Amino acid sequence: MSKFKKNKKSGTPPISTASLPDIVFMLLFFFMVTTVMRETEMLVDNTLPQATEVKKLERKSLVSYIYIGAPRGLNRKNQFGTKAKIQLNDSYSNVSDIQAFIAAERESRAEEEIPLLTTSIKADVDVKMGIISDIKEELRKAQAYKINYSTRKEIK
Amino acid sequence: MARSNRPTPEINAGSMADIAFLLLIFFLVTTTMDVDTGIARKLPPTAEEQEPEDMQGNARNIYEVYVNKKDKLLVEENEMKIEALREGARNFINNNGKDPSLSDSPEKAIISLVNSRGTSYEMYIAVQNELTAAYNELRNEAAINKYNQNYTELPKDKQKEIRKMYPMKISEAPPGEF
Repeated sequence: MSKFKKNKKSGTPPISTASLPDIVFMLLFFFMVTTVMRETEMLVDNTLPQATEVKKLERKSLVSYIYIGAPRGLNRKNQFGTKAKIQLNDSYSNVSDIQAFIAAERESRAEEEIPLLTTSIKADVDVKMGIISDIKEELRKAQAYKINYSTRKEIK
Repeated sequence: MARSNRPTPEINAGSMADIAFLLLIFFLVTTTMDVDTGIARKLPPTAEEQEPEDMQGNARNIYEVYVNKKDKLLVEENEMKIEALREGARNFINNNGKDPSLSDSPEKAIISLVNSRGTSYEMYIAVQNELTAAYNELRNEAAINKYNQNYTELPKDKQKEIRKMYPMKISEAPPGEF
């Protein structure tokens, strides 16, 4: 009988936390790899409209963004007014700058990728269609035909 | 010297987890895992390059959708609620010549969308969304009828075939003031 008797102590043994750093590091690396830091500062209000029939934008490196909305923040509203403005890269722009913007975007890509370039229009819900139509007209002139109206997926 | 004989003490790794946690929390907070989604469209080439036969065709094959600056819809000269647009567009596209006022066939059906400069972007997207939904629903139904599978699950070549049955033709005129 005494052969099987173990000198068991009462109470649960402490859980080893030696592998905790490993687990945490694993998570850390996952988030480090997936993190994309925002490269542009938003100068305009940008609440995207909702839609259900959305498609994913693939290959983010081939997408150029045009932001449209009222100047963001009270300071900027006082300075620039509340009318919708276009933001290209890091500054406010005019409709006439779009062709140059598209040309610059093309310049930075390899030649074979140019036909795959998509322009994503990120417009605020309060923007009127007038400015959007002007932008579309400029994009047509620049022969950037592939566009994407950026939306949020509607949660039903 | 006595110093060299002394073994180096082990570095305490107990705080490693804390450091890792700190970094982890930083990346957790800064991560934005937004996938960009949106409604994809292709703009037509500019007027000079466009073939004139594009808009020619029987009036019955054109489904006129107007959105005015008060975000009101006028579809085929009748006022319409946005909720009814999907059904209306579906009936128009999938008419196959039954109703003389609607399209001959899905291939010939063209949706003409005209908006005002004062239309809100939200409304415009809502209209585009409903029209896309109409096409997506029809394509999906065709896929289920033909292959017993959802449209999105079909292989690429079969999707193309279905797309050919229901080509999405949304033509946009320059905006007016109304």
